[in-house]
Amino acid sequence: MSVQETAVQATALRELDSREAPLVRVRDLTVRFKGARDVFAVNGVGFDLPPGRVLGILGESGSGKSVTLKTLLRLLPENRTDIGGTVEVQGRDVLALEGRELADHRGGVVSMIFQDPMLALDPVYTIGEQIAEAVMRHEGLDASAAMKRALEMLERVRIPSPERRLKAYPHEISGGMRQRAMIALALACRPELLLADEPTTALDATVQMQILLLLRDLQKEFGMGVIFVTHDIGVAVEVCDEIAVMYAGEFVETGTVRDVIRDPKHPYTKGLLAANLHGAQKGTRLDAIPGAPPPLDTAPTSCSFAPRCAHVQDRCRAAKPPAAVLGPGRMVRCVLAEGAAAG
Amino acid sequence: MFLYALKRLIYVLPVAIGVSMVCFMLVHIAPGDPLISVLPPDASTELREQMRRAYGFDRPLPVQYLLWLMNVFQGNLGTSIATGRAVSEELSKAVGNTLMLSVMATLIGFVLGCLFGFVAGYFRDTWIDKLASFISVIGVSVPHYWLGMVLVIVFSVQLGWLPATGAGPGGSGAWVWDWEHVKFLILPAVTMSVIPMGIVSRTVRALVADILSQEFVQGLRAKGLLDTGVLRHIVKNAAPTALAVMGLQLGYLLGGSILIETVFSWPGTGFLLGQAIFQRDIPLLQGVILVLAMFFVFLNLAVDVMQSALDPRVQRS
Repeated sequence: MSVQETAVQATALRELDSREAPLVRVRDLTVRFKGARDVFAVNGVGFDLPPGRVLGILGESGSGKSVTLKTLLRLLPENRTDIGGTVEVQGRDVLALEGRELADHRGGVVSMIFQDPMLALDPVYTIGEQIAEAVMRHEGLDASAAMKRALEMLERVRIPSPERRLKAYPHEISGGMRQRAMIALALACRPELLLADEPTTALDATVQMQILLLLRDLQKEFGMGVIFVTHDIGVAVEVCDEIAVMYAGEFVETGTVRDVIRDPKHPYTKGLLAANLHGAQKGTRLDAIPGAPPPLDTAPTSCSFAPRCAHVQDRCRAAKPPAAVLGPGRMVRCVLAEGAAAG
Repeated sequence: MFLYALKRLIYVLPVAIGVSMVCFMLVHIAPGDPLISVLPPDASTELREQMRRAYGFDRPLPVQYLLWLMNVFQGNLGTSIATGRAVSEELSKAVGNTLMLSVMATLIGFVLGCLFGFVAGYFRDTWIDKLASFISVIGVSVPHYWLGMVLVIVFSVQLGWLPATGAGPGGSGAWVWDWEHVKFLILPAVTMSVIPMGIVSRTVRALVADILSQEFVQGLRAKGLLDTGVLRHIVKNAAPTALAVMGLQLGYLLGGSILIETVFSWPGTGFLLGQAIFQRDIPLLQGVILVLAMFFVFLNLAVDVMQSALDPRVQRS
């Protein structure tokens, strides 16, 4: 790491630290899965999330989005993962939580919506029981008060005839309604931070939009911070304030939605935007990014995108490109952005 | 729930009639003359014919079957050729004994099996899992009559703690739930419990491992449940299948205990079945087989109904 690069990163971090006390503070997060084949899933991710803001993590399958998200709840299998770096929520070190403290953190401070609610809900408990259980656990209410809260929550997520759904099992209601129930469950204990792991991917297009709008409304209503993981740029634009583009376990570009979409700096972000279906002409080929993401069985020592990049230079292959900070929260990890950062 | 039980009960009828028919036919297809055991070897042809008529063996099979079925419906299973006593009387005593033995064995096997299976599945791929799996594999593969004999040698012959054979002190007295009687039950029940223990523990291990790998377990942890809360969910998910396996095991034990009942001279249905076979006692044989088959039919019914009560997906979809 060159002296200049360290200096740039130091300014970048000072910049981040000087903002108001963040809800989430992540620094140098690394996650490695141990096994027959090691996987370096996350390689040095850092970001801040102020209270009440929505951060979208955008990236393709296997880029480490979900892993980053699950680290915030410590949901990764303990004995098979090495987690490094700092993860703080409301100033508390999440990686150091144990036992009951960890359980209080999960669902109480931070909760999560999963990709497929059919898989993420227990099939042999009713919707009401599953929501009430979380309320009883975190707020110590008795069963009937917790059930009342569950009903309230189902009303909040606009499920029709909520009394009936309370007694329904997950397989008895539609996919969209299941995801609404999942959201009701996640919000039942008023978390400060909501993690959404591709919450609309398993739904069909019309329902997707409804769920997105619902999430956006509820976020404003509850005033919570949200980290929203998706591979769909359209979805990210719809709900997020800021976007982080993730590739091979690293954030390659961050910024406000407006900056990233209007003026993408990283070739990968440009490629993603170009490969979008919106506005594409029938019969013309989509500009897909050639190649495939690198295997992550070793920690990257150079730019991970270099093999697929049209603007690749020798130094991309020699060392990791430095993080160029273009403004508050605006970062690009690419040699092409260096000039802009210096000015 | 009630409607489902009723519907299942109606389905049982044709099955029961089919089973009774098979019972009847199988016994008659089998070679051997049932009268050999009661008649002296030098009996005249006339006497032979007379006996044949007395037992109704001279009529065509369908007629015999219908007569037998009508009697069965009236609770009359005929008279044992060998002992001359009513089959129903012999059976009711034997069924009581077998029921007690198999239920006891299933309970022991189920409790131990669930325990081993649960621990093995929860601590999968650790030494605890390997130990528990080792025990259950032994349970499935050890010949239980051999195990019975070993237990008799150790606990009855060498240590003298428990009686080796019989079902109570002083021959076939009535059963009482006191230590004097219960100690006769221990060795056969433990011997018998080894098989359901092995099977239940292997099933439960696979179930728990499968449930733990499902995403909803992560969901439960994500909403902040402690280990005990997560455990409760795992148990409720595993219960329907585990109970179904237990029910079927009970069915197997009710019918398949000939070897153990013989080793321990336990006066149950298996013992009776063995006697009936060796003496070609057709009425007794038919009665025993019919009762054992009915056990199975109704056990399946009970398992189905219980499963639908526990698992919402079974009856509603």
